[in-house]
Amino acid sequence: MQQYSVPRLITKLLLPLILLFALYVQFHGDFGPGGGFQAGVIFAAGFVLYALVYGLDNARRIMPPWLLRVGVSLGVLIYAGVGVAGMLLGGAFLDYGVLDSHDPVHGQHLGILLVELGVGITVASVMISIFYAFAGRGR
Amino acid sequence: MQILGLYNYWIFIVLMMCGFYVVISRGNLVKKLVGLNIFQTSVFILYISMGKIAGGTAPILTGMATIYSNPVPHVLILTAIVVGIATTALGLALVVRIHEAYGTIEEDEIHAQSEDEAL
Amino acid sequence: MTEHLPVLQVVVPLIAAPLCALLRPGRAVWLLAMVTCALCLLIAALLLDRVLAQGVISYAMGGWPAPWGIEYRVDAANAYMLLIVAAIGAVVMAFARTVVEQRIRLPASKQPWFYATYLLCLTGLLGMIVTGDAFNVFVFLEISSLSSYVLISIGRDRRALTAAYQYLIMGTIGATFILIGIGFLYVMTGTLNMADLAARLPAVADTRTVRAAFAFLTIGISLKLALFPLHLWLPNAYAYAPSAVTAFLAATATKVAIYVLLRFFFTIFGAQFSFGTMRLDAILLPLALAGIFSASVVAIFQTNVKRMLAYSSVAQIGYMILGISLVSVTGLTAAISHLFNHALMKGTLFMALGCVSFRIGAVSLDRMAGVGRIMPWTMGAFVIGGLSLIGVPMTAGFVSKWYLILGALERGWWPVALLVLFTSLLAVVYIWRVVETAYFQPAPEGRATTGEAPLALLVPTWTLALANLYFGLDTSLNAGVARRAAEALLGVGP
Repeated sequence: MQQYSVPRLITKLLLPLILLFALYVQFHGDFGPGGGFQAGVIFAAGFVLYALVYGLDNARRIMPPWLLRVGVSLGVLIYAGVGVAGMLLGGAFLDYGVLDSHDPVHGQHLGILLVELGVGITVASVMISIFYAFAGRGR
Repeated sequence: MQILGLYNYWIFIVLMMCGFYVVISRGNLVKKLVGLNIFQTSVFILYISMGKIAGGTAPILTGMATIYSNPVPHVLILTAIVVGIATTALGLALVVRIHEAYGTIEEDEIHAQSEDEAL
Repeated sequence: MTEHLPVLQVVVPLIAAPLCALLRPGRAVWLLAMVTCALCLLIAALLLDRVLAQGVISYAMGGWPAPWGIEYRVDAANAYMLLIVAAIGAVVMAFARTVVEQRIRLPASKQPWFYATYLLCLTGLLGMIVTGDAFNVFVFLEISSLSSYVLISIGRDRRALTAAYQYLIMGTIGATFILIGIGFLYVMTGTLNMADLAARLPAVADTRTVRAAFAFLTIGISLKLALFPLHLWLPNAYAYAPSAVTAFLAATATKVAIYVLLRFFFTIFGAQFSFGTMRLDAILLPLALAGIFSASVVAIFQTNVKRMLAYSSVAQIGYMILGISLVSVTGLTAAISHLFNHALMKGTLFMALGCVSFRIGAVSLDRMAGVGRIMPWTMGAFVIGGLSLIGVPMTAGFVSKWYLILGALERGWWPVALLVLFTSLLAVVYIWRVVETAYFQPAPEGRATTGEAPLALLVPTWTLALANLYFGLDTSLNAGVARRAAEALLGVGP
């Protein structure tokens, strides 16, 4: 891809927008369509685009496999951790209402935000890991 | 007209049968996975169709609309889509490994090699 | 915390799985996984104790009451199943360490993933049992299935890969059929909660949609539980998976599928609809008998002992389905009790084979010649498991066969009872072939004589072997609780 300047330039222009859009979908999921699954996939897609144009080695420098390994596990742990936190605060598993002692609605906002964050981290990490696993094979 | 009015269910059935047929009839492991994917995707259409309410909007509380589509099937199918992705990725990963081990992804050739091994 | 037991049953392994993946390779990973499995077993035992004392436990996920939220609902039937799966999960995990460290072709850096996948599989299986939500069953089914495909594919033989692929295709078709069935039920009733479905279905039972849902669910679940003739994925998958994985899956995965079958047909559709209107027993009975007979005969002609036992598993599943198709408390008791007993016997047999392959490197009949003299303890456990499989009195296997024959005679189906006795003789034949080879044939030339398997493998194997004997004598758990579970499913009794 070294000699093709048009895809490289366009990727450079689009990449921040794609990643930003992923974050928008992630954090606006409370109020509109969106959420962790979609955001994670969009984020990973932006990253895959970068890896396609700039090469797998560059991509691996930015997002090393050990980080993905942490990301995959961390997301699940955030999700389960929120659930257990609800349990420790006297509610049921994944009961967001008890997360804020003053207003259950605040607690629900906080809970869904954290859970979707966990989902987003895991989904993005898993998608990039899958890409690495296939692209790194047979080189 | 009632039959035509249910066209999305017809699409579901046709897609499902196409996918199923590909899974059964093709010997190429990747093509089988493609068929499996179509087969799974058809079910998404079934679920989304059942959630649709004529004239309904997206179920977001804005105070403007009164008729909403049922969001539950969408949530269910979001889960099923994730499952589908996981299945496809795992299936393809297995195909890569099978190709490395056998040097082919044609079912009959793999079968022939396995037969030789057993003898 | 005791009110959270139903959800902890699933959450504990779910949290431990990513932690395992994060840890550095080494003893600590196994220790974490082992502690998790032991905790699961403890939770399952506490749950069973509470259910037997107090009746049904209901748990509302996220504080959303049923039928809007996901409900975890534990009655005698699933508490009993949870105990089986958690117990086997713990015993096999104890067995797995040595196998993973020395026998599986997995670089040390990848070993934590084995434990993570194993725990995810356990999460899925436990979740399928504990949940009271029809769609949740599908989700957990896929969690356990996807991880079991991975576990099978790490077998040493390259045929493990094709076996895993074949299982993936068949399993996904089965799961998708289940998904379609659940979708049709949702269309007709607008609910996914099992108890709510059961309450709403009778009003719409006489529609084509519900009948189609019933058909899809039957085929889908039958694929997962390897009902003859949908069992084609099973022999290869069991034969080429690592021995610890085979022991775990053979003792749990198909059992949980049978539990799901029971749950859908008895709790959701109701025995009246499933067996009165749809005449499911007329289909299950011949399939069960054909499966028992043909799989037993095929097992006799296998040279790979692991494959032989895999075919024997298909036959044993036939016995369970036979018990279900009797549609009586006795028949159902036989089926449910056989879930327990078969988990014990197949766990013992596959783990004994794991010990054999650990020392000899193969489990084909010709390579196993004379092994009984080198490895007396291993083959001793194998013989106990084999006797239990045949159904000799004083072993666990006898209990379920006894109830099965009683159930058949209750219905006046004496030819069925005779067939059960006759097919037990077929089991004698294939078990005897192994015993005869192991004890009475000279060892083949050039096989290194290495001696008995290490204690780390023998202790779990003998734990299950002794359980086979214990539950043959004290039947309060495998027959007593099974009876209560059967009564709960049929909706009779207390």
